Amino acid sequence: MTTPLYKKTVREIRDAVRSGALTAVEVTEAHLARIADVDPKVDAFTQIWTDEALAQAAAVDAKVKQGIDPGPLAGVPVGVKELICTRTGKTTCASKILENFRSPYDATIIQKLDAAGAVFLGKVNMDEFAMGSSTERSTIKTTKNPWNLKCVPGGSSGGSAAAISADECAIALGSDTGGSIRQPAALCGCVGIKPTYGRVSRFGLVAFASSLDQIGPLTKNVEDAALSLNTLCGRDPRDATSADLPVPDFTKALTGDVKGLRIGLPKEYFTEALNAEMREKVEAAVDVFKSGGAEIVPVSLPHTDYAIATYYIICTAEASANLARFDGVRYGYRNPAAKTVEEMYVLSKSEAFGPEVRRRIMLGTYVLSSGYYDAYYLKAQKVRRLIKKDFDDAFEKCDFVMGPTSPIPTFEFGAKTENPLEMYLADIYTISVNLATLPGISIPCGLTASGLPAGLQLIGRPFGEETLLRAAHCYEQTSGTTLGDPPIA
Amino acid sequence: MSKITKQDVEYVAGLAQLRLDEAAKERLVREMGDILAYMDQLNELDTSNVEPMMHAMEMTNVFRQDVVKPSLPREEALMNAPVHDGEYFIVPRILEGDAS
Repeated sequence: MTTPLYKKTVREIRDAVRSGALTAVEVTEAHLARIADVDPKVDAFTQIWTDEALAQAAAVDAKVKQGIDPGPLAGVPVGVKELICTRTGKTTCASKILENFRSPYDATIIQKLDAAGAVFLGKVNMDEFAMGSSTERSTIKTTKNPWNLKCVPGGSSGGSAAAISADECAIALGSDTGGSIRQPAALCGCVGIKPTYGRVSRFGLVAFASSLDQIGPLTKNVEDAALSLNTLCGRDPRDATSADLPVPDFTKALTGDVKGLRIGLPKEYFTEALNAEMREKVEAAVDVFKSGGAEIVPVSLPHTDYAIATYYIICTAEASANLARFDGVRYGYRNPAAKTVEEMYVLSKSEAFGPEVRRRIMLGTYVLSSGYYDAYYLKAQKVRRLIKKDFDDAFEKCDFVMGPTSPIPTFEFGAKTENPLEMYLADIYTISVNLATLPGISIPCGLTASGLPAGLQLIGRPFGEETLLRAAHCYEQTSGTTLGDPPIA
Repeated sequence: MSKITKQDVEYVAGLAQLRLDEAAKERLVREMGDILAYMDQLNELDTSNVEPMMHAMEMTNVFRQDVVKPSLPREEALMNAPVHDGEYFIVPRILEGDAS
């Protein structure tokens, strides 16, 4: 039996489309059919762009026919997170305040993917304004985890992760402010990489916390992540924080070996907070690296316990400033009953932001307010430097740091929505990476006894994506840990 | 005893331009109190000699050539406005007084 088209990897699709063995239209149709088949159960997609996708695919096929290079991602079907600006469809951030927003421009990464021959199938779900770890905060729909439909897909890029895990697209774009690519990738059993801050342009990404946000791909395997980064990365004059560094061919890093690499295991990541089964999976992964010739080095990240408090001060402060732009004047919801400008601001925001967004605006406003700025915001910026220094010190002894992505596997709907602090604690291993501006990748490392994916996280030096991809790819090739298909359809 | 009072919540809501009903205020007193108490653990750390990390990337003066490039056409800039007249964004009255 041949592999269904929707199971094909980025490499397989683009090679077949470029050589003419498959048409981009065939590939697109197969994925649209797959979405029609499984998405009513998974609910990953919020918009499906059938006509536009088929037109894009036909344009790719026309280039192949005429002998014009169709690009390195020719015919590859992509799902786009709801907070990335696209001229096609809407950009809602899964919020009532932007429910009718049509971006007048494409984000830089959308332009790059388009030029590379990728085909956009539509948009995927997320927590409102990326604030959440379960995608339950979406105002559009409830995305389910393909491994267990009673459980959350993680978040905030939950739609992206669920869409990859259910084979609805080959690349799903996500964004990661405190773990929003890596944690859902771990909970849904796919690969997700958050590049170094500055690696990928944020122009056209609706801002949540500007010093932490970064865009990255979710994919079926590590090679596909490398191929995606080849197109996504690079300096953009429209994002002053994008790094002016050459972009390597990331696939060249996939050597298939880890000999001589030094892997740091932080003792703070293997405490009581880590679920026993997750620990077991991560320890088994450590053994795979050991037998591949890597050296395991104990390291310490002494400020780990302070990361969540630091993160929620900095991210809420930045969010409260960023979200002030939704004032009902130029775009977004305006309360029609408002009689004065003041009322327009207050009524529009109060009505159209969801409870978690309001809570974070309130916290952020509080920590920035007169009398509390030094005690909270300035203090958090100081501790942020200590957290970054922990990693700098660790990288003196090792080439990358490794541990679990999430302390727990996926959980049932409603299990953590009542207590916001408990939801925040689910991000314990991912948020330090954003605070320290480092790259991090999550790859699957097995299933629990109840059939739920576990994720392994590799954290690299600034702009050390190649080392992470090399090690992750070697693990994928040698561990013998394949998850198989999730029990949907 | 919560870290913050209902008056604090009302003051911050005013700064944030949010209107909250009584139930939301009470909920926020409890939730923000819990979260702020959790954040207080940062006070265990002596940071008197630590420079705050103000920027994610230590870069200064990112310049570009000051050349005119095409900008958003007016109709596209206005297309998402809740109220506009084809030329300007329209908002409710800003100054007090007669609507003459």
